[in-house]
Amino acid sequence: MDKTIDITLKIWRQHDRKAKGAFETYNLKGISTDSSFLEMLDVLNEQLINEGKEPVVFDHDCREGICGMCSLYINGHPHGPDTAVTTCQLHMRKFHNGDVITIEPWRSAGFPVIRDLMVDRTAFDQIIQAGGYISVNCGGAQDANAVRIPKKDADEAMDSASCIGCGACVAACKNGSAMLFVSAKVSQFALLPQGRVEAARRARAMVAKMDELGFGNCTNTGACAAECPKSVSLSNIARLNREFIKAKLKD
Amino acid sequence: MWLTNSSIGRKVVMSISGLFLVLFLTFHMCMNIALVFSEDAYNAVCKFLGANWYALVGTLVLAAGFLVHIIYAFWLTLQNLKARGSDRYAVNVRPDTVEWSSQNMLVLGIIVILFLVLHMAQFWFKMQLNEIAGVAPGINPHDGATLVIEVFSCPWMVLLYLVWFFALWFHLTHGFWSAMQTIGINNKIWFNRWKTIGNVFVTIICLGFAFVAIAIYIKYGLMGAGGVC
Ligand code: HEM
Repeated sequence: MDKTIDITLKIWRQHDRKAKGAFETYNLKGISTDSSFLEMLDVLNEQLINEGKEPVVFDHDCREGICGMCSLYINGHPHGPDTAVTTCQLHMRKFHNGDVITIEPWRSAGFPVIRDLMVDRTAFDQIIQAGGYISVNCGGAQDANAVRIPKKDADEAMDSASCIGCGACVAACKNGSAMLFVSAKVSQFALLPQGRVEAARRARAMVAKMDELGFGNCTNTGACAAECPKSVSLSNIARLNREFIKAKLKD
Repeated sequence: MWLTNSSIGRKVVMSISGLFLVLFLTFHMCMNIALVFSEDAYNAVCKFLGANWYALVGTLVLAAGFLVHIIYAFWLTLQNLKARGSDRYAVNVRPDTVEWSSQNMLVLGIIVILFLVLHMAQFWFKMQLNEIAGVAPGINPHDGATLVIEVFSCPWMVLLYLVWFFALWFHLTHGFWSAMQTIGINNKIWFNRWKTIGNVFVTIICLGFAFVAIAIYIKYGLMGAGGVC
């Protein structure tokens, strides 16, 4: 069962924020198709360390698709060619013997490269700090039927909340727009009664922060949703637009 | 002012001005159809929309609509290029669900303006401007029919205009639903509905324009004097 493949990697190497980066080519032999993409990179780094070279820097944490830490732009797709999975859930069985795999960092003015494949995504934290929370007192845990929420809304809110904040939407967008991320965060609250209280303030503050940090204007190409590892829907963006326009018209 | 200093506000301006232009195109297409059936009916419309105060006000509003749309188009596109950063991906794949036109709206728009300049020189200059400023003496500003027939008797002109309508069609197949998304009247159900409504609507508009150009060519160019260019 243990099938192995030989591959060639073209990886973006960049020493620090200011340095000019370039692609380096590496050959890897005998990679198990059962290994994950990140395990394959671990093998590469092991090899580099043994050769006395600097290992490739890349972000990763939970390796089970929920933390949003892994990134990588693989062969022209954020999180690689598979759909609706993060890089850590991508497996080498998606590749073939002799493949050349190009691995790049997220490229966007809002996400500057820190080193090699690792980018600075603290801009997303700043957007969340601007309003991606509930500050009103919701009281203690209530009976499930005390606050009645239509099933449809509960489901939509849950789908929006599945955003892990990895930044693939920004990486995929030709405009470097963060609208899918911001709209998912605004939606998960706007759909529920506890979140509605501050809905207008939240939309205003998060969009203002997003603009201030230099993310682009959304032109509705839909590349974000197509590449999102959690399949967050474009309908969130329509909702954010609606919330924002309503808030501004009320001012 | 949120319509200039917020990203969504700027998009709202793009959307409303775009929809206004779509409305104008709809009217323009309907008026053109009249020519296929009656030169007199068409000229009556031309006369009605000559140098009256309401036609002039209409023209100014329309010009403002175009100007706003075009200025914002360049502004947004420049901001987006900046937001993208100076490093480009070495390998970039367009996902299947992403329309080509959606990523090339500015290019399509520029094609539309270039043809618009030609179009204005061929008609507006000799009609409304001629009537108010007398820039083309010897041409009757109310006889739009003759001008149109002259232009579309030439097969090259017909072909050029068809390219124009094609670029416009691409611009609007994305633009129409995108405008609805931008002003927030969209959701999971309406997503495909708006796309379908938009596709049908803009196809009718563009086919309408193309029909008139081709019909005039056949009626006057091919069957009449023959392609005078
Ligand atoms: C008859 C002419 C035109 C019509 C009917 C039209 C219509 C539209 C519509 C409905 C949109 C969608 C707005 C949205 O996404 O919210 C749009 C977007 C756009 N238009 Fe036009 N347009 C016209 C001419 C032009 C011209 C001359 C340009 C100029 C260069 C242009 C450039 C753009 C660009 C760049 C966008 C995308 C902007 C964005 O989504 O952020 N358009 N147009």
